[in-house]
Amino acid sequence: MADTEKKTPMPESATGTGKRPRRKSLLDRHGVIERNATLLLVFSFLVVTIGGIVEIVPLFYLENTIEEVEGVRPYSPLELTGRDIYVREGCYVCHSQMIRPMRDEVERYGHYSLAAESMYDHPFQWGSKRTGPDLARVGDRYSDAWHVDHLTDPQSVVPESVMPKYGYLTTTMIDGKYVEDLMATHRFVGVPYTDEMLANARADFAAQADPDSDYDDLLERYPGAQVRNFDSRPGISEMDALIAYMQMLGTLVDFSTFTPDESR
Amino acid sequence: MSKKPADQPTQAETTGHSWDGIEEYNNPLPRWWLWTFYATIVWAVIYTILYPAWPLVQSATAGVLGYSTRANVEKQIETFAEMNASLETELASADLTALADNADLQNFAVQAGAAIFQTNCSQCHGSGANGGAEGNGYPNLLDDAWLWGGHIDDIVWTVANGIRNEQSPDAHWSEMPAFGTDEILPPEEIEQVVQYVRQISGQEHDAGLAEAGAEIFEYECTACHMEDGTGNKDLGAPNLTDAIWLYGGDVASITETVTNSRFGVMPAWSEEYRVGSGLQPWEINAVASYVHQLGGGQ
Repeated sequence: MADTEKKTPMPESATGTGKRPRRKSLLDRHGVIERNATLLLVFSFLVVTIGGIVEIVPLFYLENTIEEVEGVRPYSPLELTGRDIYVREGCYVCHSQMIRPMRDEVERYGHYSLAAESMYDHPFQWGSKRTGPDLARVGDRYSDAWHVDHLTDPQSVVPESVMPKYGYLTTTMIDGKYVEDLMATHRFVGVPYTDEMLANARADFAAQADPDSDYDDLLERYPGAQVRNFDSRPGISEMDALIAYMQMLGTLVDFSTFTPDESR
Repeated sequence: MSKKPADQPTQAETTGHSWDGIEEYNNPLPRWWLWTFYATIVWAVIYTILYPAWPLVQSATAGVLGYSTRANVEKQIETFAEMNASLETELASADLTALADNADLQNFAVQAGAAIFQTNCSQCHGSGANGGAEGNGYPNLLDDAWLWGGHIDDIVWTVANGIRNEQSPDAHWSEMPAFGTDEILPPEEIEQVVQYVRQISGQEHDAGLAEAGAEIFEYECTACHMEDGTGNKDLGAPNLTDAIWLYGGDVASITETVTNSRFGVMPAWSEEYRVGSGLQPWEINAVASYVHQLGGGQ
């Protein structure tokens, strides 16, 4: 470029080679960081870490961020399997599971969600978008038959729906072969599954989908679990598991006896 | 103080930094930007005093305004509940058969009922209450065919307790036998009785088979569907002589119904059985009033 030929010499102070006109203060030393990419990376990381610690750590020790709520229990094996199907099919992309404390939401969906209600969710399914409705309290709201109809062909019951069809869940049979491993993994990340729960995982898995089974132990381990043949077809299909999960969502806390603390 | 470095051609002040021969002007920040920046700092300080902010040892600072999302939503709901309180109380204990005499209350009941219907009922009965697709098992609420009674008090009972559910002990309950799968009737007799049902509903049928089916019908079906096949609302037994079919009136659908039976379920909506998201008595009365005035109410 022509301009470069006429380029004036740099002032001595700017080149850093000559005598500095001013005393070098601490703030002037940023040149060191700006010239050294690794150092810049280390210091950037430090700053972000401090910010993160200040924001996140109090949530673990502040008493008013952890609310103890009676009734919340870990998912039963069948429900947990259904939850995995929910995650696999990407239901969370269109459905949230978080009723916010706002009047319109509470009147439409029921009591606002409590943190404790998703304490055994890994990962949580709060979601961030509602193409479909919130599902945090969908449990017991519709019949099992409705869920089968709706998942098989959503438009047959809600003509204006844009939900895809999930009929293949009915024909995909499952046997809970890995449900014990699944529960062990959840225990590893903090869900209080007992050894007894793990040992009986597969039996409980089968018992919950069979109303003729001996399910007393299941109910003792997972109070409030619903025992039915959810899809009204022989055998345990993915549909059974998903509906078992749907039908328990938001039903564990008895709001007639539990009053949430206002200061949270 | 020594002279600050300046750009030779423009004499503008530079920062004194030089990177590969490139220098940088040291122009002052725009005033508006700077003052906006100061204002955000001041606002941040005020905000942390007014609202919950700083985490301490046991809890976070509560803020002098005492703001709480949960308290706010309670208050909001209460405000509206108070505004409607008199109407709600009146509706909860109102004689719904005489609702038409009280225009204000009826208007409130139908409007509130419509909103409640859209939230809780439209998923099965359709947003227009027509029950969705023909023969899908969800009753149309616009016609005058009622399984469990279309009197306003019947509708209130059905909404509150539901049908064939385990939530309410007072749920409507009846169970048609699965004549085929339980081997009560052999396939050929099912075929005959299906033809008879086709006959009494005024549809195309095989007269010979229907004649034999009449005898089977009298023996097996009349206890619930009555001698003339017009049904019994105490048992939720549908009228088989009209053109309204919950699960379809073609031969295949009726055969399926007789062979495997049907078990239509409706949840109980009373808050007594649906904790957290159930309907209060006045809401049940409202939605029943809405359904009742849709066209088929008796």
